Amino acid sequence: MMSAPFLSLQYLQVTFDIRRPGSWPWTPPRKLHAVNGVSLDLAAGECLGIVGESGSGKSTLARAIIGTVPTSGGKILFEGKDLAEMEPGERRAHRRDVQMIFQDPLAALNPRMTVGEIIAEPLVTHFPKTPRAEVKQRVAKLMERVGLLPNLINRYPHEFSGGQCQRIGIARALILEPKLVICDEPVSALDVSVQAQVINLLMELQRDMGLSMIFIAHDLSVVKHISDRIGVMYLGRIMEEGDADRLTTRPEHPYTQALISSVPIPDPKLEKARPREVIVGELPSPMNPPSGCVFRTRCRKAQASCAGERPKMIAIPGEDHKVACPFHEAEALLEVSA
Amino acid sequence: MSLLEINDLKVTFRTNDGPVNAVNGVSFNIDKGETLAIVGESGSGKSQTAFAAMGLLDQNGSATGSVKFDGKDLLKLSQRELNKVRSDEIAMIFQDPMTSLNPYMRVSDQMAEVLVLHKGMSKSDAVKEAAKMLDAVRIPEANQRVRQYPHEFSGGMRQRVMIAMSLLCRPRLLIADEPTTALDVTVQAQIMELLGDIRYEFGTAVILITHDLGVVAGFCDRTLVMYGGQIMEEGMTEELFESPTHPYTRGLLSAVPRLDRDDEMLMTIAGEPPDMSHLPVGCPFSPRCANLRPECAGTRPQLTTLQDGRRRACHVPVKEVA
Ligand SMILES: Nc1ncnc2c1ncn2[C@@H]1O[C@H](COP(=O)(O)OP(=O)(O)OP(=O)(O)O)[C@@H](O)[C@H]1O
Ligand SMILES: [Mg+2]
Repeated sequence: MMSAPFLSLQYLQVTFDIRRPGSWPWTPPRKLHAVNGVSLDLAAGECLGIVGESGSGKSTLARAIIGTVPTSGGKILFEGKDLAEMEPGERRAHRRDVQMIFQDPLAALNPRMTVGEIIAEPLVTHFPKTPRAEVKQRVAKLMERVGLLPNLINRYPHEFSGGQCQRIGIARALILEPKLVICDEPVSALDVSVQAQVINLLMELQRDMGLSMIFIAHDLSVVKHISDRIGVMYLGRIMEEGDADRLTTRPEHPYTQALISSVPIPDPKLEKARPREVIVGELPSPMNPPSGCVFRTRCRKAQASCAGERPKMIAIPGEDHKVACPFHEAEALLEVSA
Repeated sequence: MSLLEINDLKVTFRTNDGPVNAVNGVSFNIDKGETLAIVGESGSGKSQTAFAAMGLLDQNGSATGSVKFDGKDLLKLSQRELNKVRSDEIAMIFQDPMTSLNPYMRVSDQMAEVLVLHKGMSKSDAVKEAAKMLDAVRIPEANQRVRQYPHEFSGGMRQRVMIAMSLLCRPRLLIADEPTTALDVTVQAQIMELLGDIRYEFGTAVILITHDLGVVAGFCDRTLVMYGGQIMEEGMTEELFESPTHPYTRGLLSAVPRLDRDDEMLMTIAGEPPDMSHLPVGCPFSPRCANLRPECAGTRPQLTTLQDGRRRACHVPVKEVA
């Protein structure tokens, strides 16, 4: 038997109650299914990328995994253990084991704390008895590891650039030596030249520390570069998931195909020659998603049957690849060079 | 004669921390119907170059040099004359459409107002023309939607409304400042396709300001790379991307992860973009440049033209760039 995956999401659901302003208190709230039956596995030491457009539920998924939003259905198994059934002690350990890195580096950091205090905070909170000298030493070591000069330890976040703030955020997320790090758009606020530095740093750390990682972003090129596997989200559901190279070069789902053909590639000759499949129409309201397949209203392959039942996840035989479309077909969209 | 000719444009802002030299001697042209990209990282002076040209600088900013549109120097025009050029000949669209839309007015009224004011149309003709323009930017059911308020449109649709609005007076030049940066990539593809069609239908020249090299690759004839308020390199887009000659252009192009590549590690540019109030004396890129020479820190390299028309500002000869 195969051992349980490091992290397993089983038909996970997160539902928000939306009250229209001015509505009567006794009218039932409308439901928004931000995450609607997501099943994904993550192996230890692996990086799983989650890509999706605005409103697809990526960040809500992340918050459900770290436990800051309640789930309304399904299960989160962490090393085989159901998060919902953990004892208080196990829960505390889980909170240490899973850390998060956010998009807006400066906003995520407390402006009144020094860099040293910010990085040390999770350690001091979870292990208040750690001797001060040890805290200081661990912070300094980590600062060096993420590319911050240790003599900056007493400075405040506003004195740092966006790239440096992100390094501070990374150090803070790593001080407890977590097993899983969830990065939510960690480089989208950074300039290209700085973005590359942070991407390289994250990849190095992941490899050297044996971290498992979930990397959430809207930029498929970045996600593909950093991830072993990718899950593509649309309106709260996974449309396709599988090996990062396979999924980006030979996608199966019409949505993934449209997404990939929308991603611009910085190569003018290729860009002008490339087949382009511009997706039509607008993103439906997440309050009122289409029945059956949520993508059908914009899908070039849609049939009458797509409005009926929700499409099942189909596993491609012999491959680590799943797709939620009965009409799936691999399409070679890109040639990859090393 | 070029449609727009910018010469030695400099923009300085007065601030409590001293002057900020946002644009430092920028010169370039754009021809009728041409598409030109201005690319560069945050703070490199892309937007201020365009704002200065259009007379839209913040209160504390001032511009020197010349900005000739059709032979007239825009920097020397009176406010009234400049307003006329801005409404009839040059249009500008922004990342956030709400900077040019009035949230409290129906789209039909805002668009009609422009036509009544500048084209002397009757109100009912103007509303019809507005609906026609919304249709041209492919807003479904334009005749009905023209009666709606901006907030009733999605982000992508609002961007279309702004584009329709900017085209009402059939401008000869459209300056688009990060028009798709806030949009999802599939919506970005729709908007870029639309801008491409418009360019053919109306023959409008376009200056596209962006930090996204992918968008540039698919859209622009010519590309200009800015850093620290200066032009580092300029050339035909295909040639520039294929054989960048400036260390910064090279660095930038190899720092972006690409969907069609399998890079183990991304190339990086060391350090961070400069503080515009404390620019180095010499080349603004020198503190980060891997090809640094003694003269780089001392004197600013001039933008010089190579045989093939490429322009670059670098002390290191092309063949010696590592
Ligand atoms: N009103 C102002 N006062 C002082 N400095 C200003 C002012 N407006 C702009 N600047 C500065 O001018 C410089 C150039 O800004 P500009 O907006 O042109 O950059 P950009 O290349 O468009 O960047 P981005 O990609 O972030 O839009 C920046 O350092 C900016 O902080
Ligand atoms: Mg700008």
